[in-house]
Amino acid sequence: MAYTVRVNGMDHVVDVDGDAPLLWVLRDVLGLTGTKFGCGIKLCGACTVHIDGQPVRSCMTPIESVGKAAITTIEAIQGTPTGKKIQDAWLDLDVVQCGYCQSGQIMSASALLANNPDPDDAAIDAAMAENICRCGTYSRIRAAIKQAARSVTRRGG
Amino acid sequence: MDTAKGHFDRNVLAEPLQNDGISRRIFLKAGAAAGGGLLLSFALGCGDSDAAAEIFAPSAFIRIDRDGDVTLIMPQVEMGQGTYTSMPMLIAEELEVELSKVRLEHAPADEKLYGNPILRSSQTTGGSTSVRAFWEPLRRAGASARNMLIAAAAQTWAVDVDTCRAEKGQVIHVPTGRSTSYGTLVGLAATLPVPEKVALKDPKDFRLIGTPVKRLDAREKVNGSARYGIDVRLPDMKVATVAACPVFGGKLESVDDSKAKTIKAVLQVVRLDDAVAVVADHMAAAKKGLAALDIKWNPGENARIATTDIIAQLDAASKNQGVIARKEGDVEKAMAGAAKKVEAIYQVPFLAHAPMEPMNCTVHVRNDACDVWVGTQVATRAQRAAAAVTGLPLEKVQVHNHLLGGGFGRRLDIDGVTRAVQIAKQVNAPVKVIWTREEDIQHDLYRPYYYDRLAAGLDEQGMPIAWTDRVAGSSILARWAPPAFVNGLDRDAVEGAAKPPYTLPNIQVEYVRQEPPAGMVTAFWRGVGPTHNIFVVESFVDELAAAANKDPVDYRRSLLDNSPRARAVLDLAAEKSGWGQKLPPGSGRGVSVQFAFGSYLSQVAEVAVAKDGQVRVQRVVCAVDCGMVVNPDTVRAQIEGGIIFGITAALYGQITLKNGRVEQSNFDNYRMLRINEAPVVEVHIVQSAESPGGIGEPGTVGVSPAVTNAVFAATGKRIRKLPVNPSELRSV
Repeated sequence: MAYTVRVNGMDHVVDVDGDAPLLWVLRDVLGLTGTKFGCGIKLCGACTVHIDGQPVRSCMTPIESVGKAAITTIEAIQGTPTGKKIQDAWLDLDVVQCGYCQSGQIMSASALLANNPDPDDAAIDAAMAENICRCGTYSRIRAAIKQAARSVTRRGG
Repeated sequence: MDTAKGHFDRNVLAEPLQNDGISRRIFLKAGAAAGGGLLLSFALGCGDSDAAAEIFAPSAFIRIDRDGDVTLIMPQVEMGQGTYTSMPMLIAEELEVELSKVRLEHAPADEKLYGNPILRSSQTTGGSTSVRAFWEPLRRAGASARNMLIAAAAQTWAVDVDTCRAEKGQVIHVPTGRSTSYGTLVGLAATLPVPEKVALKDPKDFRLIGTPVKRLDAREKVNGSARYGIDVRLPDMKVATVAACPVFGGKLESVDDSKAKTIKAVLQVVRLDDAVAVVADHMAAAKKGLAALDIKWNPGENARIATTDIIAQLDAASKNQGVIARKEGDVEKAMAGAAKKVEAIYQVPFLAHAPMEPMNCTVHVRNDACDVWVGTQVATRAQRAAAAVTGLPLEKVQVHNHLLGGGFGRRLDIDGVTRAVQIAKQVNAPVKVIWTREEDIQHDLYRPYYYDRLAAGLDEQGMPIAWTDRVAGSSILARWAPPAFVNGLDRDAVEGAAKPPYTLPNIQVEYVRQEPPAGMVTAFWRGVGPTHNIFVVESFVDELAAAANKDPVDYRRSLLDNSPRARAVLDLAAEKSGWGQKLPPGSGRGVSVQFAFGSYLSQVAEVAVAKDGQVRVQRVVCAVDCGMVVNPDTVRAQIEGGIIFGITAALYGQITLKNGRVEQSNFDNYRMLRINEAPVVEVHIVQSAESPGGIGEPGTVGVSPAVTNAVFAATGKRIRKLPVNPSELRSV
């Protein structure tokens, strides 16, 4: 049946089964390929998007469960205050390697920073441990989150 | 063909780095050039003059158009290792252009133009060869183009070429200060002969090489716009997912697709000899359709095979004499006269690659042509694979290469292309075939299981006077590059074992080939031969040090008189790690030394072993001498990441078989190291004027023995079989 989903501020009508995962609706139906498929069962975090600001694994989120909630993907994360900061820190420290997991990493990190402007190592571990990076960019991810946090707090964020 | 052309831009890496609108317009023109063979005709020196006036393409790697926009065509693929930054640096250094202004494009499949000089001129990205292979050719390409542009300017101004120089995409006449941009010189430069010999810069004049340059592919990878193979979108494209017979070598017997065909958006079920695929409008429906199939497999001869059977075969095979990989001195005599003999068997498991981007390949087969969109380390092999399945001549197959969401050796093989083309042959539209993670892990081509017998004879002081190492395992080279498999010797399988950096007066290294059951295929994995051999050699050297009751660093040091670069990295790693300083109970430090891929590394790992036997790697200090460094930040990143990759394998990695089926399926039972488990990694780069060495794999290679030697230091237990088994380290 048809579902209306709000993605990056725009409403889209998609005609798929209700159990279709949000991931494939985003990628294959709406053409938003920045959100990645990694494992399909919530183990790697590559598919992370925000639903009403909270990080969610889209690979196991049925489209029928989304309702009118606001979905934000990597393509629009620069429009959020913490998303832009995280992206800037990622570029400044050259975090990425193959880059495939980084959409999910950035979505998780920007949600972390929105919820906790000054995360310590334990908070970073807790928020980021669900995101696998096979290239092993973890130390730079940690450093970039801390750098972004400093730029957030400096501005009184 | 319209479809292919219309989406050619998706094959190109660069979202323009600057001047978005302008670059996009130029790109389309340039893209047509690449697709239509204009570039080729230039390379062959028979371009027509009209075209020459539009674009200056002095080599297969460089294109400059009238607006001065510089496009660099990348012979090597980007899979995270930073080659799309280091290759442009090599060209830009000599071409004298600003890196921020260049655009990058994936090379098409063309071995003549883009072959890797180190790897038998095949168009291959692997073996940590990119900088080593293209260090000279790309600088030469840049220098030739610069010389031609300078010559064109000098001719235009009627001045001596020696009075002109190039800088930031301009030629400057030094005495007058007059300048003109490369774009204005394109027409004339294209008519000049390519110089046969050019002088390259003295390294002391490098302005880019050796500096920490930011990755050129970073921006598109943080905003979601980077295009990997899996991101291809084409008009009328379908999506398919595949299930191969879960038992290696088994066949499809029958499939009932009545339920699957009732699922919305499921379009077609494709039956193959040993697999079945569901084609749908999107992956959600394809997966749902596949799950709804009632499939009967004929498992064939491997139905009862287990890992223990394979190990038993290797054990038996390794009792036989192997092919000699190295023989120096008289091992038997020296061994007979030894004061002490140490023997050990080392084993490393089958490993899957598990790149974050699951295997995928998009194919459009027509009667007279075939297009393949894929991220591959071997574009020409992919092209040949598609030609073989379709029966089309090679020139009718176009491979559109993409960014790779991780390679690690997985994308050196084209089994996925073959499978996708088999499916696409039955589909009347472009079809993107996506492997689920489970299919990806259970139908990988695996790093071989190796089973190695070692022995050493020690003199009265505990120093080695005899060393034997018999490596047993399958041969990747015999399958992947048959001409390189000579007289039964797989040089990859013994790389790192045949020539340790140590002074070993009597040494014999052998190779015994033992293949797994038919249908199970083995393949290169990050670090290739050295990943397994350095683990074995560095563990065994550590055993010898322990047998001699000597400090592991001192012991290695005394064997490195003839390898000063190895000794220097060992000393540096020992110093920076605080080797010898006390650690709390349950913790330990371990060291490794290696020479592989033209680079010297030494790593010191610090581990803590919990009472339940769980090993946590807390810190790794790595000293690296990879010769002249192109991009020091890339060297650091590759060591940092390579170490994580190696620890993942050492602690968690193994593929096992039961009833002919792989027991692992996803990241729950094929675990990856996560951020909360990752150690602090410190990288120390040795300044060096030696030729560049490889850097993509060395970090992975030496970390596992550093970790297991640290476990020995912490617990007194020697790990001779990977992955580390916590139950054997339990102290309560």
